[in-house]
Amino acid sequence: MADIELRNLSKHFGTLAAVDDIDLDVEGGEVVCLLGPSGCGKTTTLRMIAGLEDATAGDIFIAGSRVNDLAPRDRDIAMVFQFYALYPSLTVAENLAFPLHAERISEEEIERRVNEIAALLDLSHALGRVPGRLAEGEKQRVAVGRAIIRDPQCFLFDEPLSRLDIAVRQEMRGQIKQLLNGLHKATVIVTHDQIEALTIADRIAVMRDGIIEQVASPHDIFARPANVFVAGFIGTPQMNLIEANVIEADEDSATVDTLGQEVVLPLHAEVSLQGSVGRRNAPLTVGVRPRGLAPAPEPGPATISGRVDLIEPMGAETLIHLRIGEADLRVVTGRGHAARVGDTLHVAPTPGQVHLFDHDGVRIAS
Amino acid sequence: MARKRREIGKAGWRRTAVSTVISFIYFFPVLWIILTAFKSHTDALSTPPKFIFTPTLENFASVFARAYERGGAAVDTHFDLFFFNSIFIAGASVGVALVIGTVAAYGFSRWPLRGNETYLFIILTTRMLPPIIVIIPIFIMFRLSGLSGSYVGIILLYAAFNLPFTIWMMKSFFDEIPREVEDAARMDGSSEMKIFFRICLPQVKAGIAATAVFGLILTWNEFLFALLLTGRDTRTVPVAMAQTIGGDIGVRWGLLAAIETLFLIPVVIVTFLLQNQLLRGVTFGTIKR
Repeated sequence: MADIELRNLSKHFGTLAAVDDIDLDVEGGEVVCLLGPSGCGKTTTLRMIAGLEDATAGDIFIAGSRVNDLAPRDRDIAMVFQFYALYPSLTVAENLAFPLHAERISEEEIERRVNEIAALLDLSHALGRVPGRLAEGEKQRVAVGRAIIRDPQCFLFDEPLSRLDIAVRQEMRGQIKQLLNGLHKATVIVTHDQIEALTIADRIAVMRDGIIEQVASPHDIFARPANVFVAGFIGTPQMNLIEANVIEADEDSATVDTLGQEVVLPLHAEVSLQGSVGRRNAPLTVGVRPRGLAPAPEPGPATISGRVDLIEPMGAETLIHLRIGEADLRVVTGRGHAARVGDTLHVAPTPGQVHLFDHDGVRIAS
Repeated sequence: MARKRREIGKAGWRRTAVSTVISFIYFFPVLWIILTAFKSHTDALSTPPKFIFTPTLENFASVFARAYERGGAAVDTHFDLFFFNSIFIAGASVGVALVIGTVAAYGFSRWPLRGNETYLFIILTTRMLPPIIVIIPIFIMFRLSGLSGSYVGIILLYAAFNLPFTIWMMKSFFDEIPREVEDAARMDGSSEMKIFFRICLPQVKAGIAATAVFGLILTWNEFLFALLLTGRDTRTVPVAMAQTIGGDIGVRWGLLAAIETLFLIPVVIVTFLLQNQLLRGVTFGTIKR
């Protein structure tokens, strides 16, 4: 049995369905990230688990018991808020001790736990300060400390790193991951930052418009996006998604008409264009990540040609935008590749890098 | 070309001079009253007005005890009582309004009613009529209920008059503080009472101070209701001051100025003590958190 279970959970604000009939299981010790663009319902979902928002329909189970009607404090969960939500008039030590006062714990025990957490999170020097006098990273650590001090059944994080600058964010990301590994609790993290989700999560639930589009491991989300939305949302630079029509298809390749060119696409063993999806003229969306396209010296049956429109050096690699008719095709090449704006460039999808989606945007798999 | 940014606190001498002149014009009436308070009766009445004179404290002495007729014996004027009344009535009514108003504002901010805005508007409408219009029914109500002339009556009235302003002002302060902190406290097992007292109230301290000062100043200077609804023992300073005008030697400007000067002191002290809170209060929400 999962530690957190959501069943047919919905939340309506008036006529707007912020969360629409979602199911999700989070096992003990597992970290699940709710990832999606702003307004997709991820924070509402988290607040419903926390008990700060009432569900319109559906059930929430924590450790097997239904908690819909329990107050937040009776759900045995702790939450780290986006803006840290530290108590501004209390010192760091008092902030850390605050959740313990609600449980009948002796003063000595509270002090021991506060010192232990402070040492763990490198906050011992700041115990006497009020939050207004802390650096952003320290505030973040106090917020995390206040959540873990009580040893709850599960943890909720709302955009935990969004307020930190890039250097501190990378450091905290590692620290949080390490901390969560040591805690072995069911954890739900809400984020709109895919790097955060990909690095911290055991599984990612990609949400859009109140619906979970896909739940899978970070690797699977990246390697096998379930639909066009997930394919376009995960991965930077963004995956190229181009409309195409099937000309003919066999087991390991497909010839399609796309961007006015006839291209032979190498197919992965997992992708198969048998049946109606592979019939002549069937509409498809072809997805290829910019790193899955390789420049070819000569035009050939497997290449797409376009004019170099924009070059964005990214350090180790270079992002080249190809203009083909109205479409923009993004290609990542090694730093050494010398392309110039206005050149014609031929690129071919590398085997195993072609994703196909059907007319409805759903991944085609064998 | 971009203009060089001026550092705060380092305005040029021209700006400083202009500010000084404007401040002086604003402050001049107050300065004149303070000067008059130290003048003898003849100095106070002299034309052209005197800026250089021999200061005297006789006006201050006659605030509390003075002869009402030429050659008569000095009589206790009870001004010590009137000062106490003003302080007590203003303090108590603002206190009552703050307690009720802060709780009400928290309610309006965090637990909105259906039609919340309408209720808030109705509360404000009670202050839209000029006092001179509402005084008649209030006067009759006070007569009938026996509140006329009592401390309780005038304190309740001032509290009621301060409430709309207190609720509106405190609501805006509560609206400014992030709800996340309350949510955090809720998850940490706090009762709603504890959230209000330990989490929310400390965050609006500056707002309470600002509201208190504004309320105190309004109540302190109130004249019309005090004139009609206080009795001999509950009279406030503005009323008593008006009643010093008269007698056989005409208006005693020096005396009036002395009362006025003494009357200014409590306001100055309160404002000075709460200065930091007040500044934070009026700039609340304008600073990025």
